[in-house]
Amino acid sequence: MDVFLSSAIEFGVIFLFGCVGEIITEKSGHLNLGIPGIMCMGAAGGVFGAKLCMMGTDNPNGVLTVLVAILFAMLFAAALGGVYGFLTVSLRVNQNVTGLVCTIFGAGFTSFFLNNVVNIADLEVSSKLSYASLNFFNAHIPGTEILGWFGTIFLQHGILIYLAIVIAIVTSVILKRTKAGLNLRAIGENPATADAVGIRVTRYKYIAIVTGAAIAGLGGLCYALGYTTGNDSTVEVTVQGIGWLSIALVIFTMWRPTLSIAGSLVFGALYILFSYITVASEFKPLLRLIPFVVTIIVLIATSIIGHRETQPPASLGLSYFREDR
Amino acid sequence: MDEQIALELRNISKFFGPVAANKDISFSLKRGEILALLGENGSGKTTLMNMISGIYYPDEGQIFVNGKPAVISSPQDAFRYKIGMVHQHFKLIDIFTAAQNIVLGVRETKRYSARRINEQVGKIASKYGFEIDPKKKIYDMSVSEKQTVEIVKVLYRGADILILDEPTAVLTPQETEKLFAVMRAMKEDGKSIIIITHKLHEVMAISDRVAVLRKGEYIGCVNTAETSEAALTEMMVGQKVELNIERPLTEHARPLLEIRDLCIKNDVGSLAIEDLSFFIRGGEILGVAGIAGCGQRELCEAIAGLRKVESGGIYHEGESIVGLSPKAIYEKGVSMSFIPEDRLGMGLAPSMSVTDNMMIKNYQDHGFGFRPRSVDAGDKSFRAAGRRCVNAVGGFFDRHWAFVNRRLARSEARRVIEELDVSTPSTETPVRRLSGGNVQKVLLGRELLNKPNVLITAYPVRGLDINSSYLIYDILNRQKKAGTGVLFIGEDLDVMLALCDKIMVLCHGRLMGVVHAEKTTKEQLGLMMAGALDLQEEKGKQMGVAKDTQIGEGETWNE
Repeated sequence: MDVFLSSAIEFGVIFLFGCVGEIITEKSGHLNLGIPGIMCMGAAGGVFGAKLCMMGTDNPNGVLTVLVAILFAMLFAAALGGVYGFLTVSLRVNQNVTGLVCTIFGAGFTSFFLNNVVNIADLEVSSKLSYASLNFFNAHIPGTEILGWFGTIFLQHGILIYLAIVIAIVTSVILKRTKAGLNLRAIGENPATADAVGIRVTRYKYIAIVTGAAIAGLGGLCYALGYTTGNDSTVEVTVQGIGWLSIALVIFTMWRPTLSIAGSLVFGALYILFSYITVASEFKPLLRLIPFVVTIIVLIATSIIGHRETQPPASLGLSYFREDR
Repeated sequence: MDEQIALELRNISKFFGPVAANKDISFSLKRGEILALLGENGSGKTTLMNMISGIYYPDEGQIFVNGKPAVISSPQDAFRYKIGMVHQHFKLIDIFTAAQNIVLGVRETKRYSARRINEQVGKIASKYGFEIDPKKKIYDMSVSEKQTVEIVKVLYRGADILILDEPTAVLTPQETEKLFAVMRAMKEDGKSIIIITHKLHEVMAISDRVAVLRKGEYIGCVNTAETSEAALTEMMVGQKVELNIERPLTEHARPLLEIRDLCIKNDVGSLAIEDLSFFIRGGEILGVAGIAGCGQRELCEAIAGLRKVESGGIYHEGESIVGLSPKAIYEKGVSMSFIPEDRLGMGLAPSMSVTDNMMIKNYQDHGFGFRPRSVDAGDKSFRAAGRRCVNAVGGFFDRHWAFVNRRLARSEARRVIEELDVSTPSTETPVRRLSGGNVQKVLLGRELLNKPNVLITAYPVRGLDINSSYLIYDILNRQKKAGTGVLFIGEDLDVMLALCDKIMVLCHGRLMGVVHAEKTTKEQLGLMMAGALDLQEEKGKQMGVAKDTQIGEGETWNE
């Protein structure tokens, strides 16, 4: 049970990154269906960064590796987020189409980049070193073993798990308690009104989209290096699936970053459930469906209740053009 | 320069394409004064105010604030000059609290603190006598509360000149009184206020001076104390313009559509139409006059079956059509060519071709073009029975045919194009690419294909040039001669006086009376539209009032 919960947290955090990134984006009124692709980009950037640090050395610096990997993951993801932002904010292309294009591009690019570019460039990374990176990312506070189940569940995780939770809480505070958050929510609700009172709509949208993408990218990194060894040749397949679930998680948690911490734990638990209970292997894919089913139920429930605060931002998915009056 | 002048407009003009929305307008607003801006629909009041509040930029002329020339090119500029506008459609974020809406976008160095804002809002509220709960969410608020938030929002930004665009249109009389008390308090405080309104009695009650616009032109400015409602109406509507529109005489036919005690609610749940009763005869054009938003839209939608009827009845040739589906109503012969604000919105699918648009409403009739064999009713021969079988089977398959008959639709499109002289490159051109007049003709043409006996048309000439307008009038007259009852929702009183047989005047959802177009005057209509003259109450004492005003007296259905 301890191990199950601990794994659920570790896996759930991948959803949490994607979910918080998407919440920030959606609060600006942009439905970014490119999140799966953007998370793939994060995975590509992270693996690239980590391998870069391990080049030509037998004893890589753990802290440096983690930091560089995080930096590259965010950069790669933000780059694709920027493209999405340029297309949807400045050129006002349909958001759904653009998002799907980003997903397809992100996944394809990651596969190509990791399997064909990074490996061909021969960055001299042995599998041994990859395991080293896994160790860096999963390094936890020493001595917590004596705390029993509490330690196992809450304290023996790598840095990314805590980073995700901190980001979720900070995002929540910014959205709820700061002027910037107020402005951002106003834009997502009614950009014309926000514009009329002098909020810089375009700037806010870009910042939200790029920041959201960078955070989502960390989710990809989290899977690629925190969960696998970074040598997974089909990493983009799994990360894409996680990405879609992250978008579902946004709806599941009703656009609330703090709630998404709990939500991600539920999704993480449901996602790994199949390897902890004994069912016929034919039914295992069915178990993986549960998060989607739960999301649909939540969607139905919230729309029946119809409370205004549990609804998506009012102008989600709509382009804003000032001269359209 | 007079120190007392807060805002001055000099020779302001604004053009939208070739149309002048405002022409050479000059007037001034004194400090601590309430100025009412009066004018009919489309007289350019809102355009003018939008220029002062920075939404539009004037093409010609200059605005002076406190005697200095001001360049106002955005709402932020307007705030800098301490000008704030409360729009008719509130610009509020629904899920925010009042306080959050009020501070939204204000650039202050101080930290965002709910408590401090609540205090400040409370201070403004108590100063002018507002009732406002800063913590209440907008979606929980009534219209009047939302309006309060809008006004406080403007005051919070330090506005000295306030522009209120039809603030009373959505308020109850009690709420209006409250608003006026607040406005007087603001005036005492030295704020200058421009209020746009259609209601003459409110103009008389609240304003110090009245500026009148007519068709984009500035007519004049008078002191409220020295004028009367009748004088203002005359300024507003102007002299009757003679239009050369034909009004063919037709024989009095039986009423085709009768409305009895109809009540309809609008989108926000208040009554849009209250106890309305009238009827349309075959072969007449009944005009509906009224200020925009007086329930015309809701009335059209209710007749066409698109809006729920709260109470009352709609009878078509004696049969109730309340509760029928729009399609069933259409098939009965009640046809609506309803032109919403944008012509393409509700009637036509803009990116589809003329042919496709012909099919939208009657695609079911477009099977493979089966033509029934002729059979005499009394014929009992074997041959006739066979033909009946063929007809039944053929008709069934024709109705349930999976493919649409484009050939038939195309010939219909061609017919409409020919008959109504639509200028389009081909029948396959997307409607979106046609000019306004041609779009209108396509829409009308399609409705006429069904040979309706009641035709409802709303603003059919909106945005059209003179020639196209006359063509539309012609089409309507042709329908009238053919015995169709036409309900004509119009804007231009001159046109309605010339074209319609009778004119029904609505004021805020209530019937003010039905008058004969040839016996009434523009002033009378203007007074009725403004709610100053209610013929329903005076029951026909007025000269020139149609007997039709009292429906039910000798004009009943069942013979």
